Order: sequence, then structure tokens, then C-alpha cells
Amino acid sequence: MTGTDILLSIRGLTKAYPGVVANSDVSFDIGRGEVHALLGENGAGKSTLVKMIYGLVKPDSGEMTLNGLPYAPAEPQAARAAGVAMVFQHFSLFDALNVAENIALGMADPPKMRDLATRIRDVSEQYGLPLDPYRTVGDLSAGERQRVEIVRCLLQDPKLLIMDEPTSVLTPQEVEILFATLRKLSAEGTAILYISHKLEEIRALCDEATILRLGKKVATCTPRDTTAREMAELMVGSELHVPERAGKAPGAVRLALNGLSVRSPSEFGTSLKDITLEVRSGEVLGLAGVAGNGQDELLAALSGEITGARGMVVLDGTEIGNTGPNVRRRMGLLTAPEERLGHAAAPDMSLTENALLTGAEREGLVSNGFLKWGKARDFAKAIIERFDVRTPGTENAARSLSGGNLQKFVIGREVLQRPEVLVVNQPTWGVDAAAAAVIRQAILDLAEGGTAVIVISQDLDELMEVSDRFAALNEGRLSEVVPAKGLTVEQIGLMMGGSHGMEVAHV
Amino acid sequence: MLRLEKRRQPSRVWAWATPLVAVLATVIFGGLLFAALGKDPVTAIRTIFYDPLLGEHAFYYRPQLLVKAAPLVLIAIGLSLGFRAGIWNIGAEGQYIIGALTGAGCALAFYPLEAVWLFPLMILCGALGGFIWAMIPALLKVKFGTNEILVSLMLVYVAEQLLASMSLGLLKNPQGFGFPGSRNLQQYESAHNAEIIAGTGMHWGVATAFIMVILAYVLLNRHMLGFHIRLTGEAPRAAKFAGVVPARLIIFCLGASGALAGLAGMFEVSGPAGQVSIDFNVGYGFTAIIVAFLGRLHPVGILLAGLLMALTYIGGEIAQSGLGLPAAAIQVFQGMLLFFLLAVDVMTNYRIRIGGGPKA
Repeated sequence: MTGTDILLSIRGLTKAYPGVVANSDVSFDIGRGEVHALLGENGAGKSTLVKMIYGLVKPDSGEMTLNGLPYAPAEPQAARAAGVAMVFQHFSLFDALNVAENIALGMADPPKMRDLATRIRDVSEQYGLPLDPYRTVGDLSAGERQRVEIVRCLLQDPKLLIMDEPTSVLTPQEVEILFATLRKLSAEGTAILYISHKLEEIRALCDEATILRLGKKVATCTPRDTTAREMAELMVGSELHVPERAGKAPGAVRLALNGLSVRSPSEFGTSLKDITLEVRSGEVLGLAGVAGNGQDELLAALSGEITGARGMVVLDGTEIGNTGPNVRRRMGLLTAPEERLGHAAAPDMSLTENALLTGAEREGLVSNGFLKWGKARDFAKAIIERFDVRTPGTENAARSLSGGNLQKFVIGREVLQRPEVLVVNQPTWGVDAAAAAVIRQAILDLAEGGTAVIVISQDLDELMEVSDRFAALNEGRLSEVVPAKGLTVEQIGLMMGGSHGMEVAHV
Repeated sequence: MLRLEKRRQPSRVWAWATPLVAVLATVIFGGLLFAALGKDPVTAIRTIFYDPLLGEHAFYYRPQLLVKAAPLVLIAIGLSLGFRAGIWNIGAEGQYIIGALTGAGCALAFYPLEAVWLFPLMILCGALGGFIWAMIPALLKVKFGTNEILVSLMLVYVAEQLLASMSLGLLKNPQGFGFPGSRNLQQYESAHNAEIIAGTGMHWGVATAFIMVILAYVLLNRHMLGFHIRLTGEAPRAAKFAGVVPARLIIFCLGASGALAGLAGMFEVSGPAGQVSIDFNVGYGFTAIIVAFLGRLHPVGILLAGLLMALTYIGGEIAQSGLGLPAAAIQVFQGMLLFFLLAVDVMTNYRIRIGGGPKA
């Protein structure tokens, strides 16, 4: 790469927070029109690095140059003015407003609504991301919402587009559409900084990859010439432990859903429609689906937060469709919801109190309504030790743990209660590779021991790794349940609802 | 530039220091206020905080401290349960009035019978009265999703009308020469909430308040129900996940706070007040809301806050009569206390950073 081809050059960026160095002496270059991957486990310092590039965080030392000129954005506004745009992992859109209104809100000096709508339509079609400027955002799928964010960035005509885990909410078909858009942008000279855990994607899309570990740059590689395993090992710094499938004949039916139909408690939620399935002892059933297709509702209907008719949920021959969470827990149906903070755990309560939250019934942490704090603390300690949760102790607030560590705690809390049936939603969402392997192995070990397991996930690689049988949720309906072995990505995509209400792009 | 930065863990030091800093700030700014009114601030502050406890006439004021603090603590303990769970009973004043009416009504129904079981029965009736009055917003909320803040508050004014009607009608003293108000229960031995130890102000309501502080502490820290109350306040979704039935919790929290407010009313009418009268209620039910927050919704904190509040009441009265401070100035002073408490409370969960530019 010659000097004039370099768009953004980063030299010796360092940022320390109290007690932790987020980035230490990181240097790399991004060329014009290059698709550059930024790889690393959770806590490796990817977020801090892009926040410094986007002007959200000020580096302690080091410098950046953009187009050969010194670049030190004091705030995102300055970064945008210099031609740097970012699509965040979590969208900042207002459900009640339409697409054009949402985009206008982010602009310093928005044009007339009609002109803006025309521009949105033009830009979105030009890049193969069709979008109706007048649709209400609340009605859009996750993939369409992401389009809104991308189009919002493209309207600024950026030179560098930062994308933070963009495919985590997309179907395989939507991923293809996105990649086509990104390739087109790259061909036109826009550089892309692409953050992801998904190694196969990076190999398919990116020209160059920078790998971070514990805040330091450990390697630069060309993803096309490097295997996913090699990249993963660079990221983790040790050999990966891949969970092993035991391959056992499934046993008796433990949990059966018979025409489960329930309304979603939330206005923008998805109601479940006539879901019928059964899970057997020792079996893992994988449920795929794009976010917002009824996963949260299915989990709530199984945990007992949403109740329906008695016969809709049958556990070991007992009809429990109308019972609450505690009855189901006592019988051995345990669940772990996706949302860690605020649903699976209370953010401001200690880990001991959070262990009590679901463990009270089965672990005997109460007698006559009185709490046994000593036993609860021991239970929390057992989870922390068994699942290697990194925390100073049981009396720390759940909120003080990193996402991955809290996830290990939440899953561990259910696994250690020896469930008869375990249902988990997004068990490894936002968790680093090593912790994800621990969690998956724990799930497989449970199945080995005769537990029936349902894994709801948007990570297809994960589902393929752990599932015996496979199905997908689409708009609250369940596809046919089929053996996982031998499924192709195309078949899975069709099960997940194909284009999911989105037109196929015409690029 | 000053910025607030969220702490990873709530600060324990600040959780304890907050009330002290708030009291200190109130003393300083209250002193300025009194100075602006042309009074010597040191004398005014001393009159409010020192004289009732250790001044020349303290022997008279000290018992008053318990008498005034007891209903505040009793009501605030009940309210704090609901506040912890995000259930807002603003109508304790109404439940307090109804408790007084049912308690006194029970006694007057048996007048002039003397019996040992009468006072316990009055306690039951008082608690029941407050409980039933609180069930109105509770059931409406559970069945129809009405806002308990509005309903409970409105019912205060209904209760006040009922109180006036009772003082002038059903419960009016037949030997009272036509004056409004019931018979004086202080002169009805079986019904009199007398001092347990003469001259201390320690009546049965004070004893009950202490017991309730202990019970509430045990409930919140050692019992599943208390855990569910705290969980519901901290994370309602997690509480549902843990199997809490919101409707039951609403009934419990409103019912308990209503019953305790009713008890406070009953102890007041049969003791310090003596009779049902039009101006029986003096705002304990509203002040208890301040006490609950001043005590950080913690039982022991509420006990201390109730005593502090009673002190400012008594000291405020002395300052009014002795120094000629206007009543409004005293109320502003009490308002400052709550204001500073809430303002300083931010420090528990946030730290102040000085310096420019966001740093994430």
C-alpha cells in the first residue's frame, strides 16, 4: 500500500480506564475502498478503538491521520464532518416515527421532508437496499431497521463507514444483500471498517483484518488466505475447544407443545400461532429465526410468564400451560431469557440475590418463606466457580459484570439446577469464543445426562453445532421440525422465511 | 464543565452520607433563609434542633417527639413497602382518617362498657378501616388498571368529607352541647391509648411503630415476599420471570400501607387527639411520604427520619411562637430537607467528573 492509497492511518493509539487498559499502542492503516475487518473477543478493545475513531472517546496518546491530515475528532459531529460514519449494533430509532422522520432527526440541518424522502429512495435503490421513507419504523424488521441506519450514513457520503456486528440480526439472504451493498460501496472508493465475530463472513467479505487481543494488536492477516480456525486461535490466544456431540438415541418425550397460540404482551411483539413440537430426553432442538419473530414470546410462554390453555404445554405428561413460573421450575422446566439485564437478572442486585431469583425453588434456598442467605451465597459461589465467572465476589451487582460473564452466570444458574427441560434464548449472544464454547459444552453435557434442551438462537453456526433437530420461527409460526444433519444454508434460509417480507435487491 | 458519570456499583459511603449531607445543606440554606427574614440564623437553627431536645423546656418537648414521630414512622413504614416495589400509595392521609373513624367508632359503639378486650378490638378495627380504604385503589388498579396515585389521593378528600360528616353527625358527642366532635376517648378508660410509661410520650402507637420497624426489616431482608417487593421495584420483568404475580403484590403493598396508616389514625384518635373532630387530620399521611424517602425506604432510616421530622415540627413550632418566624418559612425549611435529600441522592449512583468533553 503506497502512502497516497491510505485513507485512515492509526499510530500508537492508547486508552486506559481505571483498572483496565482498553487499547495499548494500536497501529494500522485502512486504504481507500478497502474492507477492513476488526476482530477480537469481547473485551479485546474493539469498541473503544472504533469509539476513538468516531470521536466518542478521546485517546490518551497516539495519533490518527485522515487523507494525510491530522485527525482528532472531539465529538461524533466532527467525525461525520470529516467523512467518517458509523452503523451501531443497537439501533437508535424511534418506533413511532417514520423512516424519513427518523433520518431527519439525526441531521444538523434537515432538508424539506419531501426532498429528503426522494433522496432516501434514490440512495437506497442505488445501493440495493429498497426502503419506503414513509413507513413507520415500528413495523420494520430488524434487517429493514438496519437499512435505515445504513442509508442515514450513506446520505452523508462517507469516506469511511464503520459497521459494528451488522449481520447479527439478519437472515442468510439478507446478509447476501448487505454484502452486495458493501462491495458496491467499496468499489466506489468508500472504505469500510467491519467489526464481527463471524469468521466465515470476514473471509467472504474483507480484504484485510486486524486482530486485537486484550487491547493490543496481535496480528494483521489477509482473511481469504487464512482459515477461520487460525483466525479464531489468534483471537483467543490458545487452541479452541470445540464442543463434542455424543450422538445418542433420543429417549422419551419430555416437553410437548400442542397448538400453542398466545398473544404477545407487547404492542410491537409477535404473537405465537399454533406452535406444535416435542423434545425428547437427551435431545437438543435448535430454533432459528431472525430477531423479533416470536423468540421472546416463545420463551415467555415456556417460562410461565405468559400463560395459555392448560393443554398447550405438556411437561412429562402433566398439562402446565396455565401455570406460573414457580410451578414449572419446581417440575424442572428451566429457562434462560435473552435479555440478561432486567429480565434474566436484576441489574442492581447482587449475584447472591440473582442466584435466588430462579434458584429459590429447586435449590431449597427458602424455608417457610424465609430466605437462607448462606445457602444462596453458596449457590452463587458454585455458579461462579463452575462457570468461571470473572467477578470479585458474590456481593457484586449484576450490572458490574461484563456481558459475557453475566451470560455465563445466567446460564450456569439454570444448568446447575439440573433441569429436566432447559430452554435458552441466545445463549452465547455477545459472549467471547472461549466462554461460548464453555456454555455450549454445558448445554451438550446436560443433554448427555438426559435433559431435553431447546436452544433458540440467531447464530446458525451455533445451532448447527449443537442441534439434533432444527426448526425456524417466522412471524410467530414454527416451520417443520427436521433433522439438523445435512441441512444446507439455503434450506435454512427458506425455513426462516426467505426474504422475510423484504424484496430481493436489484443491484 | 461538570458531568455525571454512572458508578458501576452504588456507593455504600454515599448511601449513608446522603442524609447527613442533606441535613447539613438544609441547615446552611435554612439559616440563610432565616437571616434574609431578619432573624438570627444561629438562634433559629438552635431553636429548631437544640431546644426541643436539650433546651430549658425540653422536659415538655421530649415526650412530644415520640408522640409526633410515631404516626409518621408507622405510616412511612407501610408506604415504603409499596414505594420499594414501585406502587405509589399517596393517600395514606385518607387511610389514616378512616382508621381513626373505625377505631373510635368501635369504642363509641360500646360506650360506656369497660372491658379489657375493647382496646385490642379497636386496634383491629382501625387497621381494618385503613386496609379497606386502601383496597379501593388496589382493586381498581388490579381490575381496571387505574392509576393508584390518583385514586388514593382523591380518596383523601372523600375521607375528609366523611370525617366532617361523622364529627357533625353519627359520632357527635350527645353531651357536647352541640359542639362538633365525638366524646373524648381520653376520658373513656377502656378505650384510652394511655402512655405506657407516664411522662415519656410512649403510648401504644409508639410501641407498635417500633415493632413495625423490626418486622419490616425482617420482611425486606429475610423473607421471600420482601425479596419479591425489592425485585419488582428494581426490575419488573425479572420479577415476573421469578414468578411474582403483580396483582398480589399490589394488593399486599397497598393493603399493608393502608392498615398501618389506619393503625396510626386509631392510636392518634384514642390517645393524643382524644376525639374525632373536623380538624383531626394534620397531614401526617403526606409528611410520611417525605419521611419514607428521607429514610431511604429503609426501616431503620425511616425511624431516624421520623424522629428528625418530628423534631423539625416541634422546633418549628417553638421558632414560630418564640422567634415569630412565619409558618411558611418553617414549611420551606422542611421542603428544603426533601429537596436536598433527593439532590444529594444522585451521588449514590453517579460520580461527578470535572472536565470537558464526553469520554464515554
